[in-house]
Amino acid sequence: MRANNVLGLVFPNTYDSCLKDMTSVRAMASVPFGGRYRIIDFLLSAMANCGMSKIGIITKSNYQSLMDHIGSGRSWDLARKKGGVFILPPFNSTNTGIYNGKIEAISGVLNFLDHNNEEYVLMADGNTVASPDFSAMFAYHEQKGADITIACAHGRTPETDGANVFDFDEDGRITSIIRGGVSSSADYSLGFILMRKSLLELLIREAVSQSMRSFTEDILRRNLSHLKIYGYRLGGFIRVLDSIGSYFEANMALLDSENRRELFSSQPVYTKVKDDVPAIYGLDSDVSNSLIADGCVIEGKVINSVLFRGVHIGKGAVVRNCILMQNTFVSDRDELNCVIADKSVIIKPKKTLSGDKNFPLYIGKETVI
Amino acid sequence: MSRKQESIAMLLAGGQGSRLGILTKNIAKPAVPYGGKYRIIDFPLSNCVNSGIYTVGVLTQYQPLELNDYIGNGQAWDLDRANGGVHILSPYQQIEGTEWYKGTANAIYQNINFIDRYDPEYVLILSGDHIYKMDYSKMISYHKEKNADCTIAMLEVPWEEAPRFGLMLVNDDGSISEFEEKPESPRSNKASMGVYVFSWKKLRQYLSDDEADPDSSNDFGHDVIPKMHENGERLFAYAFDGYWKDVGTIDSLWEANLDLLNPKVDLDLTDPGWKIYSKNPVTCPHYAADGAKIQNSMVAEGCEIAGEIDFSVLFANVKVEKGAVVRDSIIMPNSVIRSGAVVQYAIVAEDVEIESGATVGRRPESMQNIDEWGVSVVGAGVRIGKDTVVPPKAMIDTDIGEA
Repeated sequence: MRANNVLGLVFPNTYDSCLKDMTSVRAMASVPFGGRYRIIDFLLSAMANCGMSKIGIITKSNYQSLMDHIGSGRSWDLARKKGGVFILPPFNSTNTGIYNGKIEAISGVLNFLDHNNEEYVLMADGNTVASPDFSAMFAYHEQKGADITIACAHGRTPETDGANVFDFDEDGRITSIIRGGVSSSADYSLGFILMRKSLLELLIREAVSQSMRSFTEDILRRNLSHLKIYGYRLGGFIRVLDSIGSYFEANMALLDSENRRELFSSQPVYTKVKDDVPAIYGLDSDVSNSLIADGCVIEGKVINSVLFRGVHIGKGAVVRNCILMQNTFVSDRDELNCVIADKSVIIKPKKTLSGDKNFPLYIGKETVI
Repeated sequence: MSRKQESIAMLLAGGQGSRLGILTKNIAKPAVPYGGKYRIIDFPLSNCVNSGIYTVGVLTQYQPLELNDYIGNGQAWDLDRANGGVHILSPYQQIEGTEWYKGTANAIYQNINFIDRYDPEYVLILSGDHIYKMDYSKMISYHKEKNADCTIAMLEVPWEEAPRFGLMLVNDDGSISEFEEKPESPRSNKASMGVYVFSWKKLRQYLSDDEADPDSSNDFGHDVIPKMHENGERLFAYAFDGYWKDVGTIDSLWEANLDLLNPKVDLDLTDPGWKIYSKNPVTCPHYAADGAKIQNSMVAEGCEIAGEIDFSVLFANVKVEKGAVVRDSIIMPNSVIRSGAVVQYAIVAEDVEIESGATVGRRPESMQNIDEWGVSVVGAGVRIGKDTVVPPKAMIDTDIGEA
């Protein structure tokens, strides 16, 4: 299967509710991650790297920051004369409007699907951080002669309500889908679903005509016996972000060099370029086990933390186990522990703020403390 | 379609920069890395864009591959334009024969057709050798205000350094009364920065005349400007008072990098109103490991640091292992400093590997004869073997093995 024969379809708002605070100002897919990225960067990079060249993003709400981030798609080499990135905002015709669930979302963009000639569609949610090799998944789909292939990971199931857990036969064909199963060791869906575009159109039209709502139950599970639905296990670094706790853990996991290697070395991960100066360390800076992006100015102490672009750490400040997003300003002699500061938070001098590893303290965008 | 632009810039980027030795063995001087993520040419290109000049001809000649590749379609500087934008101009074959660019003026002469396409009133001549932030639009306004034929940007330099520069004697109204080229006992400390604004009609005529003159060396500073002066054209000096540094030598390149760590130096690259653009490496944020000691330094993305870094500038994807020490040095992209190696007062080019226990460079205080001291340079792709010693002032461009 030629990768440029696969149309990408991204749902950036699914699971917004898992990171309620952070998604009050943005879509799930544009939540900042890993010091200089947005979650969608991993997906768009993987799609672009495997050779896909046309990607539709079905937005629902709070998508201004996402549009700003993606722009023309140039950062991912997706500013194309033929293809590229298409933002598909809610389109209010007679029966659509803001969609609920994937079936409605896709039925709202049937025109877009119809107007494009790609033979296949790869659908993806915007809450997974991974560097999947989609071309291997396409090859698997062909080799198995599958109708539908769903990427999955093995391990502890995410706590999103509606995490789908699979059972396979020896060949990899999915025999059952259990919704909301919680297990420490299972194969759960990553929401990357590949099928022929014509099949997707057919399934969606059928579902809409019967007022079906759930993609998983009404389309996937109902068709387990008629359609060959295969699971494709992805390896490497995979995190499904389902809560503020898992968001915290996933960022901190990048302090491990093996995890960084898995996520960043198998393929380049692109993001919007900010043209910041390299990070500057001052006279009494003391930084250990931390990830530091360009544009940071560090004059204090930073331990076990992730600093996004343009973060300032004042003299005598101590930052431990923190995730500080773009342009956070930590003043002199502040002490922070287990804090997640959203963009442009300002913390005045000599403040002490502390959360817990399981319940990190989240400070909303542009808050002044 | 009208392509007309009031001002366009011509950037002379063909220089070899021979005083940078092995650093410019395979790349032109404007492509030399600077400041953790930049190359020298990012400064004039960013200045152009920030000054509202969106048509830039870049004249290349010496080792243009890396420079051409770096500039690409100009997107990194927002110079990918439907009208104008950045254009690489290399010497080309003509019906009368093929010629290299013989001098700075000849390089512009050979591209008269390019300039004429935009029918400009003013042409800004720049070089790709200097680190500075300058609003060229102000200089062009000054040029207009003075109704000048040629305006030369000038900087007051310390008197003791003046003999190294081309100097100008300036009247009260800003007009230039006399030139002095690197005089032994200077009468002025007003140095030319190598940034010129010409009224194009005038310059076009002088370039043709200069080309016809067999005795000319076809150089702006040597031939064209003195000739204009001689003929009584209106020559003015435009005073600039910010940071400006010629990074033409190893020492000045080393110094200019470390200037970025000095808060007293007037070169702020963090100003969002005057960004310096560059091609950004695609790599994750840098990682400072447990036990890393980093102070007074600039560290770019993608670095992995477990050792000790002081007063240094590290470019993207540099690795400094535990127990390695880097002091007062510049380490260019993708180089690796292995455990136990010591790098001090050195410039380490791209893709270098310094094996464990090796020592590169020396502190000036530790020298018995200070005249023998100098910055050590390790060329691109070189491997410095285990326990090897690279003495001060050395330039290493081939692998050196285990001691």
